[in-house]
Amino acid sequence: MKLKNQVFSLDDLDLKILHIIQENSKQTYSEVGRQLGVAHSTVYDRIRKLEKSGVIKKWTVELDLETLGLNHITALMTVYTDPKESENVAKKLSDAKEVLEVSLSLSEELLILVKVLANDQDELHSFIAKKVAPLQGVLRIRTSIITKKIKEERFLITT
Amino acid sequence: MTPSSSTRILRELSRKNAFYFFSSVGNYTGHRAMSLEEFATKIREVETASLEFHLYRGDFEKWADEVLEDPELTRRISAVKLLEPTGNALRDQMDFTISKRLVELKSSQ
Repeated sequence: MKLKNQVFSLDDLDLKILHIIQENSKQTYSEVGRQLGVAHSTVYDRIRKLEKSGVIKKWTVELDLETLGLNHITALMTVYTDPKESENVAKKLSDAKEVLEVSLSLSEELLILVKVLANDQDELHSFIAKKVAPLQGVLRIRTSIITKKIKEERFLITT
Repeated sequence: MTPSSSTRILRELSRKNAFYFFSSVGNYTGHRAMSLEEFATKIREVETASLEFHLYRGDFEKWADEVLEDPELTRRISAVKLLEPTGNALRDQMDFTISKRLVELKSSQ
């Protein structure tokens, strides 16, 4: 895959480094360099550049909430809004600790798509009734609770 | 019932304290009531599924008690719940209960 944007061009080595660290970001520069046949200092320099340019946004860990014993439910909420207020509603939703993702969509109507995490249905409903429905510009809300996740993957660089 | 307490119960509410009608968990219908008077109107407009959802969760009683601060209305809504009405029978019972209370409160102002 060739990726290029106005701000930062990625060459073949950048893409290969990204592919490797997306699979396992705990690998050392030496381990990544060994797989690609380049020096660890080269990997270090490339990763620094990718961080500085914003291609790599952050380093994080992915937790398994079930293994941690944290019971929770995830819901996908579609918020129909007055177009004049949608940016403001989206911003306020983004500030809520219960909200994992916020996206805007313009299909037939302007929608805000929101992924929400709650301990149980009561907590989910309480959050939506007390914090989302009262926001200025919210017209109505449809919520689907996820009962089974079939696939969850982030965008992966392929080389 | 004093005139001031009637006025307080009948007051216009903030968005935070309004009653928001849902049809099920997380599904907001777009109907809201920002006063007892508007609540009476909405009871006639919203789908009966929404009335059933809120009555049996205890949401109407909670709002009457904690937001409107009207113990008499709270008691009467509890009495409606005990009858376990559904569908249009529930709408009619709630309409009668709320409308009657509205008249009482307005006349005592």
